[in-house]
Amino acid sequence: MDAFAALREGVRQLCQRFPASYWRDCDRDRAYPEAFLSAMTEAGYLAALIPERYGGVGLGVMEASVILEEVNRSGGNAAQCHAQMYTMGTLLRHGSEEQKQRWLPDIAAGRLRLQAFGVTEPGAGSDTTHLETTAVWDGDHYRVTGQKIFISRVQHSDYLLLLARTTPIDQVTRRSDGLSVFMVDLREALQDGLFVQPIETMMNHETNALFFDGVSVPRENLIGEEGQGFSYILDGMNAERILIAGECLGDGYFFIDRATAYARERVVFNRPIGQNQGIQFPLARAYAHLRAADLMRTQAAERFDQGEPSGEEANLAKLLASEASWEAANAAIQTHGGYGFAVDYDIERKFRETRLFQVAPVSTNLILAYIGEHVLDLPRSY
Amino acid sequence: MKILVLVKQVPDTATKIRLNPGDTAIQTDGIKWVINPYDEFAIEECLRLKEKAGGEVVVLSLGPSRVEEAIRQALAMGADRAIHVMTDAVIDSQVAARALAKVAQEEGYDLIVTGKQAVDDDQAQVGALVAVELGLPQVTVVIELNVDVESRRIRAERELEGASEIVELPMPAVITAQRGLNEPRYPTLPNIMKAKKKEVKSVPLDSLGVDTTPWVRVEELTLPPERPAAKILTGEPEEAAKELARLLHEEAKVI
Repeated sequence: MDAFAALREGVRQLCQRFPASYWRDCDRDRAYPEAFLSAMTEAGYLAALIPERYGGVGLGVMEASVILEEVNRSGGNAAQCHAQMYTMGTLLRHGSEEQKQRWLPDIAAGRLRLQAFGVTEPGAGSDTTHLETTAVWDGDHYRVTGQKIFISRVQHSDYLLLLARTTPIDQVTRRSDGLSVFMVDLREALQDGLFVQPIETMMNHETNALFFDGVSVPRENLIGEEGQGFSYILDGMNAERILIAGECLGDGYFFIDRATAYARERVVFNRPIGQNQGIQFPLARAYAHLRAADLMRTQAAERFDQGEPSGEEANLAKLLASEASWEAANAAIQTHGGYGFAVDYDIERKFRETRLFQVAPVSTNLILAYIGEHVLDLPRSY
Repeated sequence: MKILVLVKQVPDTATKIRLNPGDTAIQTDGIKWVINPYDEFAIEECLRLKEKAGGEVVVLSLGPSRVEEAIRQALAMGADRAIHVMTDAVIDSQVAARALAKVAQEEGYDLIVTGKQAVDDDQAQVGALVAVELGLPQVTVVIELNVDVESRRIRAERELEGASEIVELPMPAVITAQRGLNEPRYPTLPNIMKAKKKEVKSVPLDSLGVDTTPWVRVEELTLPPERPAAKILTGEPEEAAKELARLLHEEAKVI
């Protein structure tokens, strides 16, 4: 029996109260799924990764990944859940005890939303160390100046976790040095030189361009040591990849669930279309790839939760899961024919949503570059 | 206050029922099992009573080992502990009621609550029979329940065909829940984790010393006949309407 059967069942029961029509409406209106997030918060799911002493449930990445998987499998979208669950990881691992006491209980209870993560810039996507946003100490405060792009949920978040350069790149020995992480109070920042420009995208992720014009951030909001921020972000990446793999798997299983149900019912040329090998085999193949990716996700999560190195497994899991979910999406939309493009069938929405995972939060090419360099010991390709 | 809630595990209501010729029970492989939906209303009501009056909620279930999954779900909703009467045997409502009543007697109770019926065989007997076995007053198909712990009196509204009936009865009693009594909660993550550690006492049916000879035996089980293909009337509206009237009169015999 699945060791997480009870957990899965619990998430499913909650998700059942938010049927596909709820998500269609959110998508159409580009609305934040407030009611769903409240329910997930109240049921404690979004505090899964926060230790019990800070008001959380103290579970591992495995459980968190399963929770997100079930949200996506239900036909929903776990992006906001993922953000609230995971963004606090940097604070948890590198914040001072005082900072953790200050923020984590509120994050666990959902009183404080930390769902925005400010890394990407117009001139620095995958090449993070070349980001140009600076945070300069003026004797009183850090002053943040620069631009960020594709920063999601800023308008629905209380805090932004920001990566900015505190030492100019020409004054550091390694380009990954001199970057620092800050907790930025968004309400204060909006009164103090932060401008938010929404960007319309293919999905309902409320993403934005941010312009910082000397936004002040107090010293007590610096996480960990100044200049060490890049490593703080990096050491959260494996967990993030495992969570994303879970979301991909949830999408993939959603597509298989829906497409097989449709293929059994839909009759063309006097037989259910699922009887046709042209329909059946792509679904069978996508399912096989999902199950394989699922195994890699489980292995990655188990290694991570046992404190073993999991870089290889986490990257493989994310790569395989994101490709398997996309394969399943393609098979599902083909199975549905014209109806796959009709909003009421939910396939087109999930199709758009699952495509993102090969681009964000990390591009497939960067995953391949990691495997090439760190697993296969080939020369660095970038 | 000690409340026993009787919970049955049943096939998910969306299950596609499969039968082989000669079967006297449905094929169960690949079935998703759930808590009987009416029992969920019962669990929720018990939890609300406990939240108001204190005490404990004990889940009482009967069936093979798979039933533990339903028990854990009830514990995850917030019940305190459980007793699982273990049997792989096919039993009828009478045997089930005897066994459950026996355990209830040994356990002690202030109130026994269950669903008005299980959605698998729809017999709606076990709640009532448990009351009979224990010599307790009962009220079935309850849509509103008020329990006065001080005076140990119960006031319940039960659903009748086109009407509702208000009854008063003393505690202890057996209550069976109808849809509309409440909106069952879903489990929270902390409760799901706690449920794994809650006590589930396993009691073999044979150890209870009750007569397990069934009174009812299933002779035969058949699926409903397949619906005949729909008839589509074509042609001019006037002709089609005439034909429709003729068919409704002569074939369907509804007009």
